[in-house]
Amino acid sequence: MSQILPAIVSILFHGVAYAMILYVVSVGLSVTMGLMGFANLAHGVFAMFGGYITVNLMNDYGVPFLPALVVAVVVVAAASVVLERLLYAKLYNAGEIEQVLFTIGLIFMSIAVTKFLWGPSPQHLTLPDSLKGEIQILGRSFPTYRAFIIVLGCVIAFSLWAAIERTRFGARIRASVDNRRMAKSVGINTDRLFSLSFALGSGLAALGGGVGAEILAIHPAYAIEHLVYFLIVVSVGGMGSIRGPFLAALLLGVSDTACKYLFPEIGAFFIYVALFAALLWRPAGLFGRA
Amino acid sequence: MTSLLETRQLSKSFGALVVTSDVDFRLETGARHALIGPNGAGKTTLINLITGRLQPSRGNILIAGEDVTSTSQAARVKRGLGRTFQINMLFRELTVLENVVMTVSEHRGRAGDMFRYAFSRRDIVAEAYELLERLRLGEDALRKVREIAYGRQRLVEIAIALALKPKVLLLDEPAAGVPSAESQLILDVMAELPPDIAVLIIEHDMDLVMRFAQRITVLVQGAVLTEGTPAEVMADPRVREVYLGEHHHG
Amino acid sequence: MVLPLPLTRSKPTAESPVEFMARSHRLRWYELLPWVVAAGAFLVYPSYLALGAQVMIMVLFALSLDLIMGYAGIVTLGHAAFFGVGAYTAGLLAVHGWGEPISALFVSAAVAGVVGAISGYIVLRTTGLTLLMLTLAVVSMLNEAANKAGSITGGADGLQGITLQPLLGLFRFDLYGRVAYIYCALVLFAVWLLVRLLVHSPFGRSLTGVRENLVRMHAIGAPVHRRMVTAYAIGAALAGIAGALQAQTTQFVALNVMSFDLSGAVLIMLILGGVGRLYGAFLGAPLYMVAQDMLSRLDPVYWFFWIGLLLVMVVMFARGGVLGVGDVIWHRLKK
Repeated sequence: MSQILPAIVSILFHGVAYAMILYVVSVGLSVTMGLMGFANLAHGVFAMFGGYITVNLMNDYGVPFLPALVVAVVVVAAASVVLERLLYAKLYNAGEIEQVLFTIGLIFMSIAVTKFLWGPSPQHLTLPDSLKGEIQILGRSFPTYRAFIIVLGCVIAFSLWAAIERTRFGARIRASVDNRRMAKSVGINTDRLFSLSFALGSGLAALGGGVGAEILAIHPAYAIEHLVYFLIVVSVGGMGSIRGPFLAALLLGVSDTACKYLFPEIGAFFIYVALFAALLWRPAGLFGRA
Repeated sequence: MTSLLETRQLSKSFGALVVTSDVDFRLETGARHALIGPNGAGKTTLINLITGRLQPSRGNILIAGEDVTSTSQAARVKRGLGRTFQINMLFRELTVLENVVMTVSEHRGRAGDMFRYAFSRRDIVAEAYELLERLRLGEDALRKVREIAYGRQRLVEIAIALALKPKVLLLDEPAAGVPSAESQLILDVMAELPPDIAVLIIEHDMDLVMRFAQRITVLVQGAVLTEGTPAEVMADPRVREVYLGEHHHG
Repeated sequence: MVLPLPLTRSKPTAESPVEFMARSHRLRWYELLPWVVAAGAFLVYPSYLALGAQVMIMVLFALSLDLIMGYAGIVTLGHAAFFGVGAYTAGLLAVHGWGEPISALFVSAAVAGVVGAISGYIVLRTTGLTLLMLTLAVVSMLNEAANKAGSITGGADGLQGITLQPLLGLFRFDLYGRVAYIYCALVLFAVWLLVRLLVHSPFGRSLTGVRENLVRMHAIGAPVHRRMVTAYAIGAALAGIAGALQAQTTQFVALNVMSFDLSGAVLIMLILGGVGRLYGAFLGAPLYMVAQDMLSRLDPVYWFFWIGLLLVMVVMFARGGVLGVGDVIWHRLKK
């Protein structure tokens, strides 16, 4: 008993921290998918650039952690709007094949660009002193950094929920997810809405990439390597929802951590088997609106 | 006597929104039945429930006395259900003839065949072409659907439904969006439908309804308001209030 | 030159539409061009036969994807899974003493087909992003399995020690790759005949229907899910043949035969050539391999960038690939 309980607490703690990163990175993809119906496989690219910019500013220019994060989020969000207006928007009405290939093309280009700018090896985030070390919770010690991530993830999830449920902007998003044509006909500027929510999603991804650089290592193949997990969060969570991806990320983060800790050899298979079972049972996702 | 089509307390809701409530409805052999009601009354939803495109929340659907409530759309088509759509649902990039050939192959159970060329089945292609000629679509047979006039595309909708040789035919606003000059074609085709099949038509054009239907069901907010002969329905003051009133100034 | 079949007729003629349709699937001269090229290449470039065999394997692989994606409209990120299953099946058979190549092809096709049928049954219940994710999950899972089962598959070092018996007991696989080239060409020819028949069969036409209008397919009583799973399984079996050929002709199976990279590559090949046209694979696969070869020599570190850019350009400006653009030009010229 004295062995089991600490293990469970540890798995839960690390799992939830991992889940928060998955959530913050993926939630934007859920919105893009639900709102524009766009299969943006290149979503992870925004997270990766967020990570690179954060790490680079800190290591090479001595910028502190938080300002570096802010710059990364702003730069990525701004760049994503340019991409969205120039390229993505042209493909909203194209077939799924085109969208998929276009975004795969972006992934390939991003791999080369990051290799060119920052080299092929993974980047290491140097944590600020305030996030190093451990904190005591209920007489147990936990890494401060992960506790910070958990708090941050929950704050973001709550703010997003509040923004979507309680603001006019959120109401417009909900209306457009439900029925794009209708939303347009009642005077919602869907183009601007798309750009804004795209920027928001990419900015969040950049934040997740930067904050999570210690958990999901930043390297050129980032967007491909973690693609399955981002897609799982969105699919299991249900498209266009805020709550769904949060629950899905928790489920995935904790069970993945548990499986890899308890059965390091075959842990990954449990996740996939569970995934297939879940989607065989409910093809539209576990937590989406019915 | 068992009806060709019957619904029992058929109900459907999306969350708190009730779109169909306790609809009891029958179609007999040879019926010419119209379903009318204001916009949003749930007419198309009812057809989607009958064909299995939507699953009801409650109630049953019977085709020729057999309960098909939980069967697939394909199983209901096999039992003799054919439909058209309010908005064209055609293979736009294929020719008119191919649209119908595909349907005939499906109806004959030959659409899964792998080891012969589809169009070398002259009997199937000929059957499809004859049907097109009957609907005066012969000239358009080898043109892509998206290239022909909208009114004629509506006829292709009907052609596909007829290619299934249905016992029950559900027509969802067959003349919707068709200029009046062309709508005569559709009326002619409807007049020539096989007499023994049961036809349910959703239509807003009251002239067309009065000419075609022997019975009328009025649907309001998902529920049956009344049912009867055209004369009975027209004489009903409630109908005038909810439907005709709205229709005339709308 | 509307590939693959001209089924439309703008001017009415005396011939009845029924007869017109009945002869629509006859072989046209340009359909034989790939085979002329294949034979010509054999004679003209005797020192590039190994590359030629590799190109034909990729054509076969892309052709199998065309059936699934071009005809049935199923977008998949996991097609390499079946290529990999085929490659490992043929490789393992050969390593364990089953050195007869042709029967091994059939076994590989069957194994890949079964894996395709089972995974297809599950993943094809979903659509859109979920479907993309599940197809990717299948390939990741199998890659992980091959990696972990190192004692059987060789893991990350790859499967080595593949030795084959002579083809038909007569022709040894020679160092110049002559036999391998002819072997691949003949297998590709047979598969092409089969796929050509399939896409023009009632089954193939109904796949087009699934792609064009799913709602209508349900309404005419088509068993849509079963058709899609069948197409998926056939495509998987054919991809398995391509993988098996690769294992047999290179006598090696690398772990990356089951990867997102290869799944992506085959998608690119098909879109470069043209999707849903039967001959897109024949143009796209060589084009991609030549482009990749040239770019990786010009720019060995960053050639990925140029492939990515090419892809974005094709999607933005040349939808339909080479054949699509050719079609447009042809129609302009006719006017």
